Amino acid sequence: MNRAAAASRVATMLPWAWLLVFVAAPLVVVAKISLSESAVAQPPYRPRWSWTLDPAAWQAFADGLGLDSYRALLADDLYWRSALASLAIASAATAILVLVGYPVALAMARAPKRLRPVLLAIVILPFWTSFLIRVYAWIAILRPAGLLDAALGLFGLPPLELLNSTPAVLIGIVYAYLPFMVLPIYAVLERRDPALLEAAADLGAGTVATFRTVTLPLSRPGLASGVLLCFVPIFGEFVIPDLLGGSDTLMLGRTLWSEFFGNRDWPLASAVAIVMLLALALPLAWLRESGLRRGDARR
Amino acid sequence: MRGARFGGLDLAILAVGLAFLYGPMLLLVLYSFNASRLVTVWGGFSTRWYAALLANEPLREASLVSLRVALVSAALATLVGTLAAILLARPGRVAGRRTFTALLLAPMVLPEVIVGLSLLLLFVALGFERGIWTVTLAHATVTTAFVAVVVQARLLGIERDLEAAARDLGASPATAFLTVTLPLAAPAIGAGFLLAFTLSLDDLVVASFTAGPGSTTLPMRIYSSVRLGVTPEINAASSLLMGLVGAAVLVASLASRRRAPTT
Repeated sequence: MNRAAAASRVATMLPWAWLLVFVAAPLVVVAKISLSESAVAQPPYRPRWSWTLDPAAWQAFADGLGLDSYRALLADDLYWRSALASLAIASAATAILVLVGYPVALAMARAPKRLRPVLLAIVILPFWTSFLIRVYAWIAILRPAGLLDAALGLFGLPPLELLNSTPAVLIGIVYAYLPFMVLPIYAVLERRDPALLEAAADLGAGTVATFRTVTLPLSRPGLASGVLLCFVPIFGEFVIPDLLGGSDTLMLGRTLWSEFFGNRDWPLASAVAIVMLLALALPLAWLRESGLRRGDARR
Repeated sequence: MRGARFGGLDLAILAVGLAFLYGPMLLLVLYSFNASRLVTVWGGFSTRWYAALLANEPLREASLVSLRVALVSAALATLVGTLAAILLARPGRVAGRRTFTALLLAPMVLPEVIVGLSLLLLFVALGFERGIWTVTLAHATVTTAFVAVVVQARLLGIERDLEAAARDLGASPATAFLTVTLPLAAPAIGAGFLLAFTLSLDDLVVASFTAGPGSTTLPMRIYSSVRLGVTPEINAASSLLMGLVGAAVLVASLASRRRAPTT
């Protein structure tokens, strides 16, 4: 019996220890390094402080509390513009995703019951295939003299040369994130009670009124999780703006990447990460709350 | 009754939606068989890019690195993720459930650049040499959340009565868990492993931060050649990868359907 209790304790401790070491500790380290001074040495940062109880060391730490990286963030409008561009692109992409994803989810939920698992599998499958490759596929389509321009040429239309522009980034994001929007909406729509729709029809509601008064309110939780599941990662997206965007398509994820890999300024990259985390804290807390609530409801 | 039934408009929406999802991928596969090096010119059917791919030493090496990282990190993530799911699925109040959930889901919802940067800085602070092991640990960290979510959904769906019945018949909690709950959850654990495996195989951002010399993964290799433009060889590599993943998912879904007909 004791061995079983010990095994159960280990089974509890292991995930906790894992999460503390690999999820919580790294974020603390990022915060710490964002307060350090950048140096050319390898690794390229000079810690401003270390763990000690010596009061003199703490005094030295307080004197040199390094907000340099954050000051640099405020001083250079590159970071402001990346933050605003990230916000604008993530908002626009999420809005388009709702407009595209909702009708697809609704059509799936209205499909004959027999077909639904097949449709679900078809929508999930792209999620299993490589994100990088799916974005890459768009380069051949969007680039100047690419497949899109060739197709437009067949109809005598002028070429668009969309690659390396913000519209190309939006197309890539909508393409890559569509399953994340469709699935949560479909999940709530699929469970809705058909009797409610019949009742609305019996009471004289037309298609639009039924949608507005029954379907849309019922699907709100799915819509909310779809919006958050898309918005948060899009806000920090790196691959899509880097491959499909132009040099003027600034996004925070890309700025962080170039601070880190290009300028090798680790403290500044860490400061960008902390700012991003703070910007996302609110939507993330909301996501977790709604997730917990749903989890509790099922229990 | 208009509006409740599946109609022509729904069919059109689905057709357009699925064409949007699959069109680019199908074009990619089609053009991987293009004899011409030019993207828009169809030069006839050819498998020359697949032959060129086989002769490409760096790409082959990167594939082996990616496979090793994916196998080991998926195994780790399956272990930790399953244990986390069991903790989460426990009924009633569990100390620290909110903190635990937040930490568990953070790598899944946070932007990849933050996860990659934070893990790299942790490895540097701990004095770990960057290499295949740091990538493996980083991937295990990211994919643990996905395994936990998949397995937890299944655990919540298992009738708690079944485990209680086993206990009534004299099984110890451990025996009840090992002989009743675990076999019932096995398909979800398998699906979790497969998901972790494909996510690791696919990851570019976290790997770029945590890899060292000699641990360049396949997506990192693909990314560096894609930055230089579209190459037919990468088209071939992508098509192979998509075919492999598609086949694996198909086999897994067929297998799980046979084992768990109720889901």
